[in-house]
Amino acid sequence: MRHLLSAADLSRDDAILILDTAGELGRVTDRAVKKLPTLRGRTVVNLFFEDSTRTRISFEAAAKRLSADVITFSAKGSSVSKGESLKDTALTLEAMGADAVIVRHEASGAPHRLAHSGWIDCAVVNAGDGTHEHPTQALLDAFTLRHHLSGGEGALDGRRIVIVGDVLHSRVARSNVLLLHALGASVTLVAPPTLMPVGVDTWPCQVSYDLDDALPGADAVMMLRVQRERMNAAFFPSTHEYSRRYGLDTRRAALLADDGIVLHPGPMNRGMEITADVADGSRSVIVEQVTNGVNVRMAVLYLILGGRAETDVWEMSA
Amino acid sequence: MAHADARRGAQGPRADSRVLDAADIARVIGRIAHEILERSHGPSDIVIMGIQTRGVPLAQRIAARIGEIEGTPVPVGSLDITMYRDDLRLRGARPLEVTDVPDVGVDNRVVVLVDDVLYSGRTVRAALDALSDIGRPRSVQLAVLVDRGHRELPIRADYVGKNIPTSHDQAVRVRLAEVDGLDEVTVEG
Repeated sequence: MRHLLSAADLSRDDAILILDTAGELGRVTDRAVKKLPTLRGRTVVNLFFEDSTRTRISFEAAAKRLSADVITFSAKGSSVSKGESLKDTALTLEAMGADAVIVRHEASGAPHRLAHSGWIDCAVVNAGDGTHEHPTQALLDAFTLRHHLSGGEGALDGRRIVIVGDVLHSRVARSNVLLLHALGASVTLVAPPTLMPVGVDTWPCQVSYDLDDALPGADAVMMLRVQRERMNAAFFPSTHEYSRRYGLDTRRAALLADDGIVLHPGPMNRGMEITADVADGSRSVIVEQVTNGVNVRMAVLYLILGGRAETDVWEMSA
Repeated sequence: MAHADARRGAQGPRADSRVLDAADIARVIGRIAHEILERSHGPSDIVIMGIQTRGVPLAQRIAARIGEIEGTPVPVGSLDITMYRDDLRLRGARPLEVTDVPDVGVDNRVVVLVDDVLYSGRTVRAALDALSDIGRPRSVQLAVLVDRGHRELPIRADYVGKNIPTSHDQAVRVRLAEVDGLDEVTVEG
């Protein structure tokens, strides 16, 4: 694994390896010394062209726990606001000797461009590109689901996951559908027809427009944020009507399987796609998702920067 | 961690010779258990930590043997040193194994690290680093089933099952019932 650009790049075995690694690395969090020397001397650049708090902090914490040096670069207050292109920014990073670039960009495909243009030689991790993908979010969701539904081991075979809300603008939904499908789960997307992307019928999932119909017996429901900052048209009549038809309240949460859980990638619009009762309720694993995010990103950085061995000889000098 | 045999590949016929069989290994475990007890004047404060992967079953056997001798169980755990290796750039990332610290912890304890083969000493160096991130033992000792020489660091074992002089291009292969289905140590090449 050289880059992590899309959840589609991950086979079932790749995904399980990342989740297993994250599980072991999570134990470091419980120790007195929450740091590993593994990436000492490596430089990780956080390249954020779009606002993000939790993803940037999560990657930063992950890189620092592995002893990498972290340079954070956000578009505001940088040369990007003076009109510097992605290419020139990339060349600057290359000249600084970055080993990995974590990139978030408002344009879908920007991480792919960065990885395959030949501008830079380092590893590229997609931290969210436009409405395309957000693979580490999908990995941390899968980690959280696996912890609760499969005892923290193996895959998610036969589990039924419902993803609800603004699928059209959601990179989280796309990455999750691909990854959860690879892990053997059955995914149902629920959204108003106006918020369902064109071509969703080619995704490996079911599609429904009725939340009450999709929820009964599901093992987990993932609520997506309504991304008003990306909306330049009227996708639904009113906030009230949206939350009445597609919001998760206590009554709907009770339709889940007995040990069913509630996820949200954050940041939440409380009272819109999810009520405060459910967000803070016993089924909610939303805070846990944040903790798991650091562990999963540590695993990704370790596996990517560790790279493939130069030989496939598995000899060790004990 | 001594399956160095893959390196040799298909280089024609090998002269494999068995240097320890199952009964020998059982005797070695018993002797090391006695030596640990003798040096520590009894089992109190001892924590046995096996280095992944084949150090772990050895550690469990030594701990069980000490338990039989003294009538009280000693805490036993496992240590994965993958994240502490100094050869990540050369050999790449590899899957992690379980690190399991006994509930009593390692602070102020006498920790006995256990591994199957002592060779360059780099694994033990990594294990010492890993251990110091978990806690602060009163002292750390090292027990190995086989010492094959060729140290690259100033590290020595406190308890050695068998010293086996080898050349660099030989491979010492330890097989243990828990991992490989049988107990034996062979020198290949």
